[in-house]
Amino acid sequence: MKLLVCIKQVPDMESRFKPNGSGTWFDEADLAWRMNEYDEYAVEEAVRLREQLGESAELTVLSIGPDRVVEAIKKALAMGADRAVHIQDPAVADKDPWQIASIIVAHAREQQYDLIFTGMQSQDRGSAQVGVLVAEQLGLSCATTLVGFSYENGIVTAKRELEGGIKGVARLRLPALVTCQLGLNVPRYPTLPNIMKAKKKEIAALPVDGLLAEPAVAVTTSFHPPAKKGGGVVLEGEVGVLVDKVIGILKEKTAILR
Amino acid sequence: MKSLLIGEYREGRLLDTTYELIGFAGQLGAESAMLLVGSDSQLPAFNGTIYLADAGVCGEYNPDLHKQLILEVVGKLNPDCIVFMHTSYGWDLAPRVAAALKCAQISEIVAITDNGFEVGCCNAKMRRTVRSATGRTVLTIQAGAFPVAGREGTPCVEQLTTAVTSTLEFVGYEPAEAKDVDLAKADVIVTAGRGVGKKENVPVIQALAKALGGELGASRPVVDAGWVDHSHQVGTTGQTVSPKLYIACGVSGAIQHLAGMKKSDFIVAINKDKDAPIGEVADLLVVADVMQFVPALTAKLQ
Ligand SMILES: Cc1cc2nc3c(=O)[nH]c(=O)nc-3n(C[C@H](O)[C@H](O)[C@H](O)COP(=O)(O)OP(=O)(O)OC[C@H]3O[C@@H](n4cnc5c(N)ncnc54)[C@H](O)[C@@H]3O)c2cc1C
Ligand SMILES: Nc1ncnc2c1ncn2[C@@H]1O[C@H](COP(=O)(O)O)[C@@H](O)[C@H]1O
Repeated sequence: MKLLVCIKQVPDMESRFKPNGSGTWFDEADLAWRMNEYDEYAVEEAVRLREQLGESAELTVLSIGPDRVVEAIKKALAMGADRAVHIQDPAVADKDPWQIASIIVAHAREQQYDLIFTGMQSQDRGSAQVGVLVAEQLGLSCATTLVGFSYENGIVTAKRELEGGIKGVARLRLPALVTCQLGLNVPRYPTLPNIMKAKKKEIAALPVDGLLAEPAVAVTTSFHPPAKKGGGVVLEGEVGVLVDKVIGILKEKTAILR
Repeated sequence: MKSLLIGEYREGRLLDTTYELIGFAGQLGAESAMLLVGSDSQLPAFNGTIYLADAGVCGEYNPDLHKQLILEVVGKLNPDCIVFMHTSYGWDLAPRVAAALKCAQISEIVAITDNGFEVGCCNAKMRRTVRSATGRTVLTIQAGAFPVAGREGTPCVEQLTTAVTSTLEFVGYEPAEAKDVDLAKADVIVTAGRGVGKKENVPVIQALAKALGGELGASRPVVDAGWVDHSHQVGTTGQTVSPKLYIACGVSGAIQHLAGMKKSDFIVAINKDKDAPIGEVADLLVVADVMQFVPALTAKLQ
């Protein structure tokens, strides 16, 4: 059985984001990068299935982006993926979800994966589109926002998270694609021996040029901070002083402290 | 400008968010029709055509079936945009429709501007303005971002039927976990976010809650990591609260968290990041390290 997990590398969300030269995305200087949080759950679930199936299965991890994304790929390999595909694209930030999905589809169509895992959304773009678009273009059965996953005899049982904590359970026949939600599992930390083992695993590098035929369908015209709603007080300074100020404000504004 | 609004039913009940779709279409200045897989005993007040497929026949949500129904109505109506709420229903179904129509999708819209639609990005810290480059566009809108339409009007109903074969089979619902802590009753809630760093630090937040006579709240990652029990989670997949005082410690302020607490009377946020989106709802943002500030505050209160 051939398994694929798609991962995106994103900046640490605690970074300060400044618009880049074209004003349509963030400036990448001085950012720390990591694996998209939702994709960590996808990798963990895929690795667990790979372990359940044993030698009859192979798990490929795929990421599209510049050379820096190899760091995220290496983490997935150290978590237990067997091999990797790095689709080299220095201009990945300019692609829309439709194009990202088309690139994944161009690769996956040849490879005929039985089951694909993606994150429910990326933390930086947050479109929640790529996984479903890939499934639709490949004609795969698809369920999103998984907080529960099991597989037996060609059937995936997916527990989808709905609003208010309710879950919807569905069964999917392979080939299929699932998108993973926070809390699906507890992603493992790569151990040192596994990090060493991962160094020997194959990372196939493919230039994006041969894989993308589609033009963008959505155009970003601006990247900017939200308009300040105002009203709120911002306090900075030494902790002791802050504590006194906060107690003063709480006494004045709430009925909790007297 | 013509729009097709996709409302939602669950277990025979029309979801209230349907009125947000109508509110959005109003702001867009669009002439709109609606598609519902529901029942004629529970129709929204709406001035326009409702294309209705009977949920009694169609069953609960099946993406292949709902996609097919939408495509049929799109064929009849030729709308410029197809609008969903950005909910578990909308984000599941919208890209399927966009893929079938080979058109742009713009996700989780928070505002309409002259240059396109505003959407959040980078965990809600930033915004993008996005424009569609295709003649038709699929849109999903953020819950709570647009005014709820007044409940007026009588729809003109057109029945739809369709049949599809699907590789996905709906099995059933699982109810939400029972909550043994009712946060809604608390006057004060002090919430631990991921910024508290580790499980061992949670008692520090709990001590502040106790000093104020309140309850401990938690953001989702803190619950997912097993630091705090799910019954304390605040947000769209936890509890909705509106205490007199809400103190968010190391919480970034993601929309799903804000949805659960933004109606609190007075909101204090403690965050080392001055730009954290929690600042948008906080009455008071204290820029500090939680593990330095919170113990000092607790000590002073005792
Ligand atoms: C469908 C869906 C449903 C969801 N439902 C919920 C829900 O019900 N409730 C919920 O909470 N989330 C929910 N989420 C998750 C949500 O999107 C966010 O991921 C989550 O709220 C982030 O939690 P956080 O703020 O604790 O962590 P983070 O986003 O990681 O933020 C941590 C914050 O702590 C600050 N910080 C770090 N260290 C320190 C320090 N030493 N001192 C002070 N500040 C510090 C950082 O600056 C940052 O702002 C949902 C997501 C989805 C997709
Ligand atoms: N550049 C990328 N490379 C590989 N996978 C990606 C990339 N961008 C997005 N994805 C996948 O698509 C999911 C949804 O992304 P998005 O539609 O941007 O919210 C992510 O969680 C990833 O699994």
